[in-house]
Amino acid sequence: MNTRAVHAYLLLLPAFVLLVGFTHWPALATVVDSFFSTPKPNRPAVWVGLENYQVMVEDPVFWRALRNNLWFALGTIPLSIALALAMALWVNGRIAGRAFLRLAYFTPTVLPMIAVANIWLFFYTPSYGLLDQVGGAFGLPSRNWLGDPSTALAAVTAVAVWKEAGFFMIFYLAALQGLNPSLREAAAIEGASRWFFFRRVLWPLLMPTTLFIGVNAVINAFRLVDHIFVMTRGGPDNATALLLYHLYEVGFKFWDQGYAAAITVVMLSLLALVALLQFFVLDRRTHYQ
Amino acid sequence: MHVTRRWITRAAGLALAAAAPLAPMGALAQQPVEVPFYFPVAVGGPITKLIDAYATDFNKENPAIKVQPIYAGSYQDTIVKALTAHKAGTPPVASVLLSTDTFTLIDEDAVVPIDNFVKTAEDKAWLNGFYPAFLMNSQVGGKTWGVPFQRSTVVLYWNKELFKEAGLDPNKPPANWTELVSMAQKLTKKDASGKVTQYGIQVPSSGFPYWLFQGFTTQNDVILANAAGNQVRYDDPKVIEALQFWVDLSRKHGVHPPGVVEWGTTPKDFMERKAAMIWTTTGNLTNIRSNAKFDFGVAMLPAGKKRGSPTGGGNFFIFKKATPAQQEAAFRFARWLTTPERAAQWGIDTGYVAVSPAAWDTPAMKKYAADFPPATVARDQLPHAVAELSTHDNQRVTKALNDGLQAALTGAKTPEQAMKDAQREAERLLRPYK
Repeated sequence: MNTRAVHAYLLLLPAFVLLVGFTHWPALATVVDSFFSTPKPNRPAVWVGLENYQVMVEDPVFWRALRNNLWFALGTIPLSIALALAMALWVNGRIAGRAFLRLAYFTPTVLPMIAVANIWLFFYTPSYGLLDQVGGAFGLPSRNWLGDPSTALAAVTAVAVWKEAGFFMIFYLAALQGLNPSLREAAAIEGASRWFFFRRVLWPLLMPTTLFIGVNAVINAFRLVDHIFVMTRGGPDNATALLLYHLYEVGFKFWDQGYAAAITVVMLSLLALVALLQFFVLDRRTHYQ
Repeated sequence: MHVTRRWITRAAGLALAAAAPLAPMGALAQQPVEVPFYFPVAVGGPITKLIDAYATDFNKENPAIKVQPIYAGSYQDTIVKALTAHKAGTPPVASVLLSTDTFTLIDEDAVVPIDNFVKTAEDKAWLNGFYPAFLMNSQVGGKTWGVPFQRSTVVLYWNKELFKEAGLDPNKPPANWTELVSMAQKLTKKDASGKVTQYGIQVPSSGFPYWLFQGFTTQNDVILANAAGNQVRYDDPKVIEALQFWVDLSRKHGVHPPGVVEWGTTPKDFMERKAAMIWTTTGNLTNIRSNAKFDFGVAMLPAGKKRGSPTGGGNFFIFKKATPAQQEAAFRFARWLTTPERAAQWGIDTGYVAVSPAAWDTPAMKKYAADFPPATVARDQLPHAVAELSTHDNQRVTKALNDGLQAALTGAKTPEQAMKDAQREAERLLRPYK
């Protein structure tokens, strides 16, 4: 090996050590752990094969959490992307108070999720919470948004959308600013309607950004559970239990390491699968400039 | 290359020079025994100041010991950190953790019994000096595993102004279940459209509904778990009856908010006059005292077949993997913390219930109780108190009950069905411990 190669590897070493130490090794160890029983003081871990996965299949809370998580993803991903795009288009134009609007849209992103959850907890409070006060002015009955299994999941989904849309807006805004203004002028000369211009010019050109945001939104749909800890703790009766929250409970409240490892493996595989699909299928249909 | 080597040599020399003055000091003075002490509170705030002051005072009085408080977040964060450190081989020497985690700590072989250090007659008198209600959660298999430190219990708060408005005696809280229902009916108000604007009674049920539910079950004269922690009685007819009463408060009588009621906003609901009576921890006393804009009272929970409430809060544990010298030092610190004067001051400063009768006999506590009589309600309720629900595999067995309670309160299951399901799940979980 010549000195340049040594040099290059030395420069790569710090990142490599960190990645292996904190990402690849733990991931591998988790896969191995998922085939062993949870070690107890007098009973060391023993090979149990697929037993932890068997437990998972029979665990009703796991299926509930998975179902909840799919609904949570179906709610947050399209809604936050659509909202982000709408906001970006809105603050991209020349309107009065543009800087203020951009700041307002971005504020939720800056706030820590725990603080956000505490604010929304009071929005949702029955009778004197913001939602019920506004609803009450229109004569709507008081609702216990977080305490009713039929509304609790939608309520925590709304918080995640509110939190994420501003962040995604920044990416769309950056992409919009990077577009060539002559495209818009050409479309105007040709007499294209605004909707047509959006559908045939803007949207295709924004596809790389949408793909990037989409991947992030999917990951966040499985990762963003901080507000669950504050708002519902998975309740009522597991109505808002998401996969990662269930995983935390199994791992750090029930101390069932083997089963927690099995859930982690399933969750990681699920995320990897979705990410691969997005990269290989959507990527081909995406137009890069 | 040359430059680099010289630079390294110089840097190493500097580092040595910086470390040098420390060496003789360490060799001269005997190294104090270090006691890392995990405490469940987020950094900052008045509580950390109190604990810091305790550690400083103790270290000054005992130069051979160095207690280092480490603020570890919530109770849940603290046990996660302590147990993870234990599994990695370097646990703290001492920690304050939930008394209900006793079984978990024993099963993980993480803690040592306090009895190991109780040698003199004086030590024995100290251990027997705590309220028995607080020791119930600490004793397993004839041994005491934790020292009661910051303990609480559930009490009833009532709004005297709203009592007056409803034509009730503002100085007479409900004494039993019948009065609870009839008073709550008078205290429930509706507007012209039939919407309830003020509920008579509110018992929170988010997060850890089992704790408040233990109020109802104890009053209905039934205990949820055995002392060995391997048997629960969730489907006992008396337990189902107690749950039916809680469910009926909202479904039948309409005097309690429907669905699952948030624990965190319950004190606020009380202060906003949305609930005329609430059940919550004694730990909320200082908060409500400083923020309620009306005259309020604190009472024991109403009696069903008898009075009853669970205890709650944290015990002081000593970890097994520490050296004997460290454990002994931690024990001395625990004894020092729970002397009557300090236990009294701790109770006054924080709102926790002082843990021994001797603490209530100190002049400081007597003066506080005379100035603010509600503070004594929790103490007077202690003879009726039972241990907080705690079993092997505690959090899982408790979750089975929590899920069942919430299912019944939201109407997804009948109380009977919910408790039968919870019992089946709990029995499956507890099978390995029999």
